[in-house]
Amino acid sequence: MLILTCPYCGATAEETELQAGGEAHLKRFGPGSSDEEFHDYLFVRENPKGVHFERWRHTNGCGKWFHAARCTTSLEVFGTYPAQTTEPPQDIQDKISKKRPGWSWREFSCASAKDAS
Amino acid sequence: MSKAVSVLNGARFSGLAEVADAGLVGMITLRGDLESSAVAAAVQSTTGCAIPAVRKTVEASGNSVSWMSPDELLIVTAYDQVADLCAKLQEALTQEHALVVNVSDARSCFTLSGNGAREVLGKVAPVDFAADQFQPGDFRRSRLAQVAGAFWLDQGGAFHIVCFRSVGEYVFNLLKTAADPDAGVGVYS
Repeated sequence: MLILTCPYCGATAEETELQAGGEAHLKRFGPGSSDEEFHDYLFVRENPKGVHFERWRHTNGCGKWFHAARCTTSLEVFGTYPAQTTEPPQDIQDKISKKRPGWSWREFSCASAKDAS
Repeated sequence: MSKAVSVLNGARFSGLAEVADAGLVGMITLRGDLESSAVAAAVQSTTGCAIPAVRKTVEASGNSVSWMSPDELLIVTAYDQVADLCAKLQEALTQEHALVVNVSDARSCFTLSGNGAREVLGKVAPVDFAADQFQPGDFRRSRLAQVAGAFWLDQGGAFHIVCFRSVGEYVFNLLKTAADPDAGVGVYS
């Protein structure tokens, strides 16, 4: 069972108390964008084997949306953080880099891999 | 005006723990910036309670104030005081971006007391009720089997459970089943 800590109320909530909200950090392309950008914004999603960033809502709890970084293969949770952000906090990225060297997800990736390129 | 009655009009059940419809209870939802000193002052002056810490309940002068979410409080008071308290809060918060609503008739309140109370509630909510994990003054919003609910443990060791009135009967029957005398598990005892 997936257990996430809500960053707002600090409760360790298990899956049945939460609602999955799909992929995190989507960048909106609205009026004025090209058809392709709008299509990608609507339909193209990551489906990684490994590190993933997701939105969750503490439905049966404080009711707030938050983000979670976890691994889709081992169900390991790297951390949760508030939704008022456009990218994962550095400490969570560092933690993932330590555990999954060479990870990458959309425009985010392992710090050491970035240095190498 | 019609006579107000609580959802199950004072129904009681005695088994592993005592389950009781708490009768008419005054409940007020306050939404606003809980960090703001004006909100803290308004809550303190009208209810006698300080702003509770995260997932805590503060009890004072017959009222209690519970932390519902980062911008929401649940204020519990006597049913006949609720309109008065609502007006006072609204008055005190005129300069604030805040919302005060009397939700007494939209919610139901139950009490769960006795030795088996932790076990009974532990059967229906995904929360750790070990004595060192859930202590008097702790508050939690969670689910009660299939419906949303909130509960806190008072200083006397009784749980107060709040749910939507529309599912009040469901919650009472649920607690009744969990508290069946033959359904003891012996956990938390």
